[in-house]
Amino acid sequence: MTTMSVSQLQKCPTGITGFDDITGGGLPRGRPTLLAGHAGTGKTLFALEFILHGIERHGEPGVFVSFEETPAEIAINVASIGFDLALHQLENRLRVLHIDLGPDELVESGEYDLDGLFLRLGAAIDATGAQRIALDGVENLFAAFDDLRILRAEFRRLMCWFKDRNITAVVTTERGVATITRHGLEEYIADCVVTLDQRVDDQIATRRLRIVKYRGSAHGSDECPFVLDRNGFIVMPLSSAGLDYPVSSEKLSTGIGSLDSMLVGGIFRGSSVLVSGRSGTGKSSIAAHLVNAACARGERSLYVALEESPAQILRNMSSIGFDLKQWVDAGLLRFHAARPTARGLESHLVALSGMVEEFTPQIVVIDPITSLNSGQDSERVKAMLIRAVDLFKSRGITSLFTALTAGDEAPESTSVAVSSLVDVWLLLRNLESTGERTRALYVCKARGTAHSNQVREFLLTTEGVRLVDVMLGASGEILTGSGRLMREQQQTAERVASQADADQRRAILERRRRELDAKISALRAEYEEEIDALNAEIEQGHELSSRKSSTLSALARVRGNTGSAE
Amino acid sequence: MMDASPHNDMTPEPRPENWLLRLYIAGQTPKSLAAISNLHRICEQHLAGKFEIEVIDLLRTPELAEADKIIAIPTLVRRLPEPLRKIIGDLSNTEKTLVGLQLEPKHGHLLDG
Repeated sequence: MTTMSVSQLQKCPTGITGFDDITGGGLPRGRPTLLAGHAGTGKTLFALEFILHGIERHGEPGVFVSFEETPAEIAINVASIGFDLALHQLENRLRVLHIDLGPDELVESGEYDLDGLFLRLGAAIDATGAQRIALDGVENLFAAFDDLRILRAEFRRLMCWFKDRNITAVVTTERGVATITRHGLEEYIADCVVTLDQRVDDQIATRRLRIVKYRGSAHGSDECPFVLDRNGFIVMPLSSAGLDYPVSSEKLSTGIGSLDSMLVGGIFRGSSVLVSGRSGTGKSSIAAHLVNAACARGERSLYVALEESPAQILRNMSSIGFDLKQWVDAGLLRFHAARPTARGLESHLVALSGMVEEFTPQIVVIDPITSLNSGQDSERVKAMLIRAVDLFKSRGITSLFTALTAGDEAPESTSVAVSSLVDVWLLLRNLESTGERTRALYVCKARGTAHSNQVREFLLTTEGVRLVDVMLGASGEILTGSGRLMREQQQTAERVASQADADQRRAILERRRRELDAKISALRAEYEEEIDALNAEIEQGHELSSRKSSTLSALARVRGNTGSAE
Repeated sequence: MMDASPHNDMTPEPRPENWLLRLYIAGQTPKSLAAISNLHRICEQHLAGKFEIEVIDLLRTPELAEADKIIAIPTLVRRLPEPLRKIIGDLSNTEKTLVGLQLEPKHGHLLDG
């Protein structure tokens, strides 16, 4: 044999939705797990799913041992969630044993052991080659015998026997008053202990699961809500085991061009967007844009309407130019309308998760998330939304939540404290000035995007939403609506006025230039006249003097013969 | 069928005096051996001549554990007279064993046999 290194604890997936996520893969393989809970908390269903998923998904045969319900009762219970026990038993992958402890009075005389039980379990394990076993309701076994000393010893022996055979076991039992289990079984099952709990708040039952202990494995100690519905036992992790879902760098258009440019190209695919604002600020319109743009690209969108009926939403959106009904007809848009108060939060999440699995949308809108808050404690709502965001992100779904800000709240606050969860937060505000109310949009937050810090005026037109740059008033205040228009007109007038002024001054200059030119021409003409006159005068003078000298030389010649030549 | 018409002479007369006891063991363990010898001793004392003991070793016939719903070993089953009674343990506590078999003197209409 090679030397055994300390091998990592092997996990045995339960197949129970959500449970394997919070345990990092399931139960400790080859070891027993204790599942404790009061009556009606879903222990039997958990144990059954563990066995049946093992058979159906992991090819691991199993034995289900009931110390309470008869096989017929069990078969009925699981048929409702789609399991066929008879078939698995027929094909030797499953044995359902009913350990009937009966009402007969047992008399105990001297020492005994539970070899009969061991033999029966052994036969079932051998017949199926079982790798998993569930012992459901072991408190009944303890109640049937008087000698607890023997029972404890035998129970311990049973657990060791499973370990020796490398069988992964789930043992369910009642909660005790001061201890986890009534018979202190947690003393014998030290590897993994899970408790189930049910409480009723505001007439809504909430079930919670907690991993009390998981030796050798990291686990969250938080209570995780779970539900039992037609899909079986579903655990909702408070937060996914990791935040390691793939992220996309693809930008999606919000359907509003000017908003896309504020967000430098739009929102990342798979990100979550919060649109918050008071009543009537246009939150749903932004949602409609996103949905419309997605459907136009051929993507599927799921619109969860928690306040308005789908018909009402379709009508309202057609008033701002959206024909969303065409996408409904084309099968690209699906509405899910639900009254939040009608069901518990967990049921909402389960319904949502079911629709996401089935419809596989690329976009999910929840409008508005704040109505989940009615009658609920906000921590629970937040926890639910974290799980919703995780659900969407893990599937690369882009989600948009609208949140209604109540009248007495600061505009930046949302009654559901989810702003920290989302990637993009658009804030819509009503602005009141110059005797009217207008809308403005800010990008409060946009993770991973150098977004615009500016405020835009938000116009709802018959062609949808339009964002307009706001004007700043003389003292730097934001001007929207007619205030903006007035300011625009004023500025135009000022521009026109200064234009006219310039034209006039330009004309004066021109006139003066022309005057100057005229003066220059006149002066030049005068000067040229003078020059001409002067030149003529000089010319005349020269002619006279040359004529005079020739007369003198003629005279000299005549006189020279008598004088100088002799 | 007996209690349906106790005075019906058509049914064959059962032998109410005959006790049918079945002891389930799993191998020759000290507890099993003790149970066998304790049972024989008690029967010889209290049911001499009208008892029949059948010892079933579940290691040889394991399917009977399921069929007869045996959990604890050893288990003694009083099959006759009816109703069925079960006593578990090595039968070392004679008093409790007699209570289990309903052979205790104060209940014991059969004790004088």
